[in-house]
Amino acid sequence: MATGDLVLGQEQGLKAARQRVVNDFSINVATVNGSGSQSANSVLLKSIFGMGVPVSGKNLFPSNIAGLPTWYTIRASKDGYVARKRDTEVLVALNPETAKDDILSLPAGAVAIYEENMNLKQHREDVICYPVPFDKITAAVCSEAKLRKLVKNMVYVGVVAQLLSIDLEVVEKAVKKQFARKQKVFDLNFGAVKAGWDFAAEKLVKLDPYVIEHMNETAGKIIIDGNAACGMGAVFAGVTVVAWYPITPSTSLIEATTDLLKKFRVTPEGKATFAVIQAEDELAAIGMVLGAGWAGARSMTSTSGPGISLMAEFSGLGYYAEIPGVIFDVQRTGPSTGMPTRTQQADILSTAFLSHGDSKHVMLLPATVRECFELSGQAFDLAERLQTPVFVLTDLDLGMNNWMSEPFEYPEKPLDRGKVLTKEDLDRLGGFARYKDVDGDGIGWRTLPGTDHPKASYFTRGSGHNEKAGYTEKPDEYTYIVDRLNKKFEHARTLVPAPVVTRNGTSKVGFIAFGTSDFAVRESLDQIKNEYKTDVDYLRLRAYPFTHEVHDFIASHERVYVIEQNRDAQMESLLKLDLPAEQVVKLRSILHYNGLPIDARSVTEEFVAKEQLASSY
Amino acid sequence: MATATATPNPKVNHIGLPILEYRGGKSTLCAGCGHNAISERIVDAMYEMGVQPERVMKMSGIGCSSKSPAYFMSRAHSFNSVHGRMPSVSTGAILANHTMTTIGVSGDGDTASIGMGQFVHLLRRNLPMIYIIEDNGVYGLTKGQFSATADIGSKLKTGVINDLPAIDTCALAIQLGATFVGRSFSGDKKQLSAMLKAAIAHKGTVMLDVISPCVTFNDHEGSTKSYKFMQDHDEPVNEIGFVASFDDIEVDYDSGQVYDVTMHDGSSLRLRKLKEDYDPTNKAEAVRTLMEAHENGEVLTGVFYINTEKPTFIDLLNVVDQPLGQLPQDVVRPPKAALEQLMGNLQ
Repeated sequence: MATGDLVLGQEQGLKAARQRVVNDFSINVATVNGSGSQSANSVLLKSIFGMGVPVSGKNLFPSNIAGLPTWYTIRASKDGYVARKRDTEVLVALNPETAKDDILSLPAGAVAIYEENMNLKQHREDVICYPVPFDKITAAVCSEAKLRKLVKNMVYVGVVAQLLSIDLEVVEKAVKKQFARKQKVFDLNFGAVKAGWDFAAEKLVKLDPYVIEHMNETAGKIIIDGNAACGMGAVFAGVTVVAWYPITPSTSLIEATTDLLKKFRVTPEGKATFAVIQAEDELAAIGMVLGAGWAGARSMTSTSGPGISLMAEFSGLGYYAEIPGVIFDVQRTGPSTGMPTRTQQADILSTAFLSHGDSKHVMLLPATVRECFELSGQAFDLAERLQTPVFVLTDLDLGMNNWMSEPFEYPEKPLDRGKVLTKEDLDRLGGFARYKDVDGDGIGWRTLPGTDHPKASYFTRGSGHNEKAGYTEKPDEYTYIVDRLNKKFEHARTLVPAPVVTRNGTSKVGFIAFGTSDFAVRESLDQIKNEYKTDVDYLRLRAYPFTHEVHDFIASHERVYVIEQNRDAQMESLLKLDLPAEQVVKLRSILHYNGLPIDARSVTEEFVAKEQLASSY
Repeated sequence: MATATATPNPKVNHIGLPILEYRGGKSTLCAGCGHNAISERIVDAMYEMGVQPERVMKMSGIGCSSKSPAYFMSRAHSFNSVHGRMPSVSTGAILANHTMTTIGVSGDGDTASIGMGQFVHLLRRNLPMIYIIEDNGVYGLTKGQFSATADIGSKLKTGVINDLPAIDTCALAIQLGATFVGRSFSGDKKQLSAMLKAAIAHKGTVMLDVISPCVTFNDHEGSTKSYKFMQDHDEPVNEIGFVASFDDIEVDYDSGQVYDVTMHDGSSLRLRKLKEDYDPTNKAEAVRTLMEAHENGEVLTGVFYINTEKPTFIDLLNVVDQPLGQLPQDVVRPPKAALEQLMGNLQ
């Protein structure tokens, strides 16, 4: 790979082309929001996937309907790294407004493909340039002027595919899949791909080293975004009531859920076994979730930071009145409106303690699309088992981007509907005390409205209540309930998913991360090992409250770096609250919070600086 | 026409339960509070209609009014939620189990100020439930501030005059889609009982604004929500007669001065016109009449609007008959083949 200050001329370029870089580089496509480049980006991504090469795609888009700059980065990685790469090697500059900045941001030796009239070559002598007459090529294959803006994107796919030696048949298959069953649309789009391909084959001389070669690393794998995977998890967990309010970047989670419900959850008579309601705001959305959870439904909502803030009061009610419900938080960059289309992991503290008073909540932290599917399902079981709201925290990077994954496995474990008394139970028991700890795990038994027994009802309230759900202001009756809630939260430690720990047994230093930081961290661990001959152990959190493995991990290391995507070291703070004093001093932070997904090189550099490691090179 | 229903046995209702089974806990509200009278009317209506108590969900928000579900029907399931948010909680609960009878009790602060956002959307959806506003024009638990239903010019005990216009919750409800809208007075036993029984028989959102004087903070000279003011200014638009479907009473239909409405459960509601040419099926006229009454300083009561045709939110969602919350795993978890199909499409 080209690095350093090397200035490449044509000749040197030719030399570089001979030192081929295979299946290990990033492509950055710069376009204008609303220009229809998504399909083209998806086709290119799936073409590389079709070549058997591990690939990931990230959409960097503005909070705008049309007209503002958008970038889509595709990373091909023979080693299977899917985190954002700090540098991109291949630029497709289709947005005149950003083209100059885009080419200036490339490392030396990189490639730029652009509309020939932009003359970007003047800005960078050290970048390999391929000017392409996109408009001319597009006009030749698309007679309808209105469609040219869209079709032009497919021309770039053809140019890039030819330059990178991606098989044309593989691209054709990807285009076919993209425009399934629409022959005319396929013809037009593949025609454009072919035109781009032919142009590159006839007119461009390959000067760069980047190529895609066949591998066998994607066979049997799927590509899906985290929001769709969460929605799928919810549907296979038997969700019946979905209440939501549109907000970026969580909206597509609900759309995916709704599509699947319509597909799989309609009876032969045409009746729905679910209800999806677009609420008037997030307060109403979580109110509906709790109402439905109280009355026995598996209910969910999905939101992002601003919605989480609005759900605060109800979250406290859910905690105190002990009502199940699942809340997805696809985190975006805060505070306030922040950057709605950029990513962060910055709702950790506000969600853990959402609401006034002594409130605390169970949080699940999926890192991969597969975990989105699995932990979503688990969230419903935990919510009903623990009779409390459960939050599933993903982020924009995981939720809205495409990720490669092993196929999801069917959940064979039966649904856990928790402690619910039936009419028969009540006949036998003669009554019950809703908020009494009869089993010693801090979880009471509940009944559902509609249980046909004169002793089935109880009075649910957010005001002070005793074990029989009666109103109280008596100090001992109040503390009985809140202490039991604490006991229940302690019990939750034994039920939530355990962390994933990788350790070699000798390392004195550990990393702790969660969610999408995982991809950068795993790549960074390899960099640290390869470049600095240093082993670092790694624990990936999957839930709050923390399980004993988290305490054990910190206790058995001298220094532990908590890597997270927020400014205030929120997860580190949460850990500090949980740890004995002598362990707290071991924690250090590596933080990333500029709205872009965290990358491995930044983690490595900060770690190396803090540890004062010397390179073994 | 008689509003009392004939019961086969004076001690039990037609499902065999004595009125005792409809009672609630002892009220902690002030002696003489209108809300207590409303709780009694609810007990009577549920008893007389023979509603199975455990088939009822009692919902509320926060405030004096919202405490009252504790004072009627202890055998019913109850959810006292957060301030102004009873509509959303009720929506969720009804979606989970639409086979229940749902009655929500709110106040003028809980509905017309903090809860306005959720209230109007409940009305739009025509969610099948009874929504009662126990309306006294003041915040009681915080010691007597005006609420948004206080009439312009009305006076607080401290002498403060309200200079903002009142929100007419009935006019709003009619405009936004509730299908049974009425106003009554906690002191009018006959009218309120008949209205509540008809409300139980209705399918859709029933919005009842019940003027319910606050004896501690808003029952003085200068208040427009006092017992005295209501006794002097109450102008019923119609007289309400209700005959339940199980009652063995022949309803003789006479034309002219009455509107006869057949309810979903087969009960009949007769509205005898007291105000000239008042038509409770005409939305625009209903709203106009309410607006004119404000100008004239009258407090209109009665059934202002009724529509038994409009589909409820549950109808629109086209859900299965069984409660969603009680569907078994084999219905709610798609089969293995479904996931395999999805995975295949993603490869």
